[in-house]
Amino acid sequence: MTEISHYAQVWSHRTPRKRLLMWLGWLALVALFVWCWQIMTETTIWMFVTDAPRQAADIGGRMLPPRWGYLPELMNPLWDTINIATLGTIGGVIMAVPVAFLAARNTTPSVTILRPIALFIIVASRSINSLIWALLLVAVIGPGLLAGIIAIALRSIGFVGKLLYEAIEETDKRQIEAITATGASQAQILSYGIVPQIMPAFWGISVFRWDINIRESTILGLVGAGGIGLKLNASLATLAWNQVAVILLLILGTVIISEWVSARVRHAII
Amino acid sequence: MSAVYPDTWRRPPQIIPNRRWRIAIQCGIVIYLILAIGTVEVNWARVYEGLERGQRFVMGFLQPDFSSRWKDISQGLVESLTMTLTSTVVGVAISVPIGIGAARNLVPRPIYMVCRSIIAVSRSLQEIIVAIFLVAMFGFGPFAGFLTLSFATIGFIAKLLADDIEEIDATQAEAIRATGASWLQLVDYAVKPQVMPRLIGLSLYRLDINFRESAVIGIVGAGGIGATLNTAIDRYEYDSAGAILLIIIAIVMVSEYGSSYLRKFLQ
Repeated sequence: MTEISHYAQVWSHRTPRKRLLMWLGWLALVALFVWCWQIMTETTIWMFVTDAPRQAADIGGRMLPPRWGYLPELMNPLWDTINIATLGTIGGVIMAVPVAFLAARNTTPSVTILRPIALFIIVASRSINSLIWALLLVAVIGPGLLAGIIAIALRSIGFVGKLLYEAIEETDKRQIEAITATGASQAQILSYGIVPQIMPAFWGISVFRWDINIRESTILGLVGAGGIGLKLNASLATLAWNQVAVILLLILGTVIISEWVSARVRHAII
Repeated sequence: MSAVYPDTWRRPPQIIPNRRWRIAIQCGIVIYLILAIGTVEVNWARVYEGLERGQRFVMGFLQPDFSSRWKDISQGLVESLTMTLTSTVVGVAISVPIGIGAARNLVPRPIYMVCRSIIAVSRSLQEIIVAIFLVAMFGFGPFAGFLTLSFATIGFIAKLLADDIEEIDATQAEAIRATGASWLQLVDYAVKPQVMPRLIGLSLYRLDINFRESAVIGIVGAGGIGATLNTAIDRYEYDSAGAILLIIIAIVMVSEYGSSYLRKFLQ
């Protein structure tokens, strides 16, 4: 009997060639990182960076204690913020529904022309943050709640549209076929075959987006689009850090409550 | 003898079966809408004035001007892109240990609580607000933006990674443990192979999000293309602003398709 000697003594997960390739990949990533880091920090003033802990302590010291007397003044802007989010969500959903039906492969009237347009609308709306929409709209229609509402609505189209068109594409074909077999018209197929199937998804998506919009509308005031962000901006500009602390705590509370409400509603629907 | 069958059919309500609740909710919605719309003050004269500007903006979008501000745009883009990459790499590197620490099946309870609270803090603070503070501390420029995005990345990646680790196949971990492996070996041989594809996918997705966010945090002074965009809009140079927005949309589209292709390739 000959002794088996050609087996490797140590087991390893990958072949040497694969390991070499992986090392090269990691090396490339590190090199890219270092290169980007150097370009990015070219203009950084390191004195400010090393100074940061002192600045942080300074700001922290000014934030405490929070000026609670400021709270009543914030109630009106908070109501505005909730209105921006809610009305914006309603507007966005109304605009998103037709876009979603145009973008879904099984309901679109024309795959070659309308579907790409609808998909482009969705991508454009998704890739531009609501703060940027607000920046543009404040310049166009002036500062105020309306700019915020439209900004939230435009941003919501992409999110709601994308999730809704995926839901439409996942509908059960047999139910639609059953409705078709009764001799229903196109509109009736839509109303009785597709709409009941996507209804829970629709409400779930809308409430989810509302929750995100509450979050986003709290900061829209930074560019002048109304709500509690206006107060935040004013307090930051006057370096009233104890007011900033109150506003941030209020925003945090609002966000937590809206998240809880949205989770409850979605749980009840789905 | 035949029973009278109804000859019309009404679709039953889908969401709220109780009729009273339905009516109450509908009334509530109408009242809220009246109240809410009542508080929205619109200065229609200002809106009318703005329409002309809106038209110029749409024209700027249709005929974007890439050339006259190209130097600023390219500098902003370079800042944004480098910021995106470095912050994703650093953020992921930090979130891997935190994510492992936040997985209930791998660590003792105290460590779990600490890591989960780090994640909760990072997730509940918005990027813009974090950016405001970091700009105040570290000064204007992309370095503050880099820190903001890294911080936001930690909450996102660590949470999803931890949830993923908690859902791994426990039998594989048990098999490795039965060989007498140490904790580090357990992580390396039982956990890593199971979560690695998803971690890579998540990192690519986060790269995409970080680029989008880098376009926003510039508005509060954290560098990148957002600062350039803000300047362009402040100067009413809508053709340059249109060019910047088109570039952002194009990069987001490319990275979305690229990352979905890469994820498919890796799995």
